[in-house]
Amino acid sequence: MFSKNLIIDGRTFRSRLMVGTGKFAGSDVMAAAAEASGAEIVTVALRRVDVNNPQDDILNHIDTSKYLLLPNTSGARDAEEAVRLARIARAAGCEPWIKLEVTPDPYYLLPDPIETFKAAEILVKEGFKVLPYINADPVLCKRLEEIGTVTVMPLGAPIGSNKGIKTVDNLRIIIEQAHVPVVVDAGIGAPSHAALAIEMGADAVLVNTAIATAGDPVKMALAFKLAVDAAVTARDAGMPSQKEKAEASSPLTGFLRD
Amino acid sequence: MTFTQILKEYDWNEVKNFIHSRTAEDVAAVLNKDIITETDFAVLLSPAAEKFLEPMAKEASRITLQRFGKTIKIYGPIYTSNECTNSCVYCGFNRHNEIPRVTLTDEEVVAEAKTIADMGIQHLLLVTGESPKVVSVSDLARTCDLLRDMFSSLSIEVFPMSTEEYSILRNSGADGLTIYQETYNRETYAKVHPAGRKRDFEWRLETPDRGAEAGYRTVGIGALMGLEDFRTEEFFVGLHARYLMKHYWKTHVTVSFPRIRFAAGNFTPYELIKDKNLVQSMLALRLFLHDAGLVISTREPAEMREHLLPLGVTQMSAGSKTEPGGYNKEHDGKQFKVEDDRSVAEFCAMLRSKGYDPVMKDWDKNFLVRS
Repeated sequence: MFSKNLIIDGRTFRSRLMVGTGKFAGSDVMAAAAEASGAEIVTVALRRVDVNNPQDDILNHIDTSKYLLLPNTSGARDAEEAVRLARIARAAGCEPWIKLEVTPDPYYLLPDPIETFKAAEILVKEGFKVLPYINADPVLCKRLEEIGTVTVMPLGAPIGSNKGIKTVDNLRIIIEQAHVPVVVDAGIGAPSHAALAIEMGADAVLVNTAIATAGDPVKMALAFKLAVDAAVTARDAGMPSQKEKAEASSPLTGFLRD
Repeated sequence: MTFTQILKEYDWNEVKNFIHSRTAEDVAAVLNKDIITETDFAVLLSPAAEKFLEPMAKEASRITLQRFGKTIKIYGPIYTSNECTNSCVYCGFNRHNEIPRVTLTDEEVVAEAKTIADMGIQHLLLVTGESPKVVSVSDLARTCDLLRDMFSSLSIEVFPMSTEEYSILRNSGADGLTIYQETYNRETYAKVHPAGRKRDFEWRLETPDRGAEAGYRTVGIGALMGLEDFRTEEFFVGLHARYLMKHYWKTHVTVSFPRIRFAAGNFTPYELIKDKNLVQSMLALRLFLHDAGLVISTREPAEMREHLLPLGVTQMSAGSKTEPGGYNKEHDGKQFKVEDDRSVAEFCAMLRSKGYDPVMKDWDKNFLVRS
């Protein structure tokens, strides 16, 4: 039976949907959307918050008794900056979970595989639970797994593009090979994309832009929740397998006897 | 190929004639395309495109919402000196203008910075005139050292420097650079900069390259609208931005749209830039470059700034004073007259009421590696 729960490094989460906090029109709507999504993991860009300020507007809107606050290193251009951000977050009292993003190009925000690997290696050794955002590269996933990241987070399409699951063939390989949870991180632009990722076998999805920039972000968050729930239920029900070729209804070898 | 070389490939008048002779059919065809080329961008800047501002606005708004969300990054300037050896005919700091000349002491810089920080500003833009004898690179480095711990990020808008000099300031905490070419037309550039170090067109043109080479995270460019035919001018601004984005792939490029406002000296511009001209320039640029940051300062009046919100703008200043020491004591030594004089709090309240999140902090100086 496929569990509704997502387990990362021994910690159980009741939702397979994670949400981001960027691009919202304000912190109130961000908090309401997070609530409606049913997510238990909420990621926040360290660049946007002051982790040392108890009055920080965004942080004050995230109830850490309900959510795992997952700080991310968005904006870091190399391993050194990413490691520095992660350490600052931990020093300020955040849990040692870090969504590792090393995105030297400020436009498509595509992850740098070399610097991400270097940073992951350092952070894992320092005791962080590292969730790395990466391109849908099966070999890189295995390499990251080997050094001890607690998930891999391949992208479905460039971040913020809302284009859906464009890396489908590589994602299939990643899902097939992974020992750690696979979280499809970027490019999910519609509830159907999220459902597809889960149906394909991804363990979870992370959605931000599609919710934050929707006409009604709270309603859209609910739609994503329902889509993810539907896909989780479908997995539990046992997805009928898809076949590349038609299967003859009369077996060709039915005449054989033992 | 440097941008100086690229610019030499274009004849200003040919580009201008091309832009001014486009038809409504040309514009309609461009608006049906997914990818806007350089030529398409020129079409969108044409007089013919003025009839298409509404569909352009809808598309620019959609792109901006997708790329940036409903957010506006807030910054504020600190002017530390209005001493200037240049004689830019359009500028309040022109050395011939009889304005009070003020260079802040370190204590005064800190007092101004404290007032600005207390207003809620976390992204600071340090501005001076060009007078290296009064304000040298090492003076600026000292100022950056004073400011770096009071703000989340620090950009500079000072005289053009070498890569090495920019590195010195970067090591003192500066991570953003703003440098306007003013005009991409060489003849006009020579005319409006009759004397001073700023006369060197190419040194200024390649300044953003030197900043990016020194590792600045953001580089802001722009033309001073009104010095030349704005359509042709903004075409070259767009080309310059695209060149920088391609060459310095780790640097975020922003574009500003300053219009000439009243400044000391009573300069008469080549043309008066109407609201619809500013809007068209901004929309065309957003359709051409989806990810460039677009900046609107307090040069623009409050009402105009509110209208511009959904059209592609991503960064705005607020509560600005353009004279050194002006946050604590106003005087006449302004670079330009601030048209939107609302406080930071008032401006942010307006943004919230219109469904935008004023982003006070989008970086942290502690993330930078100190050498």
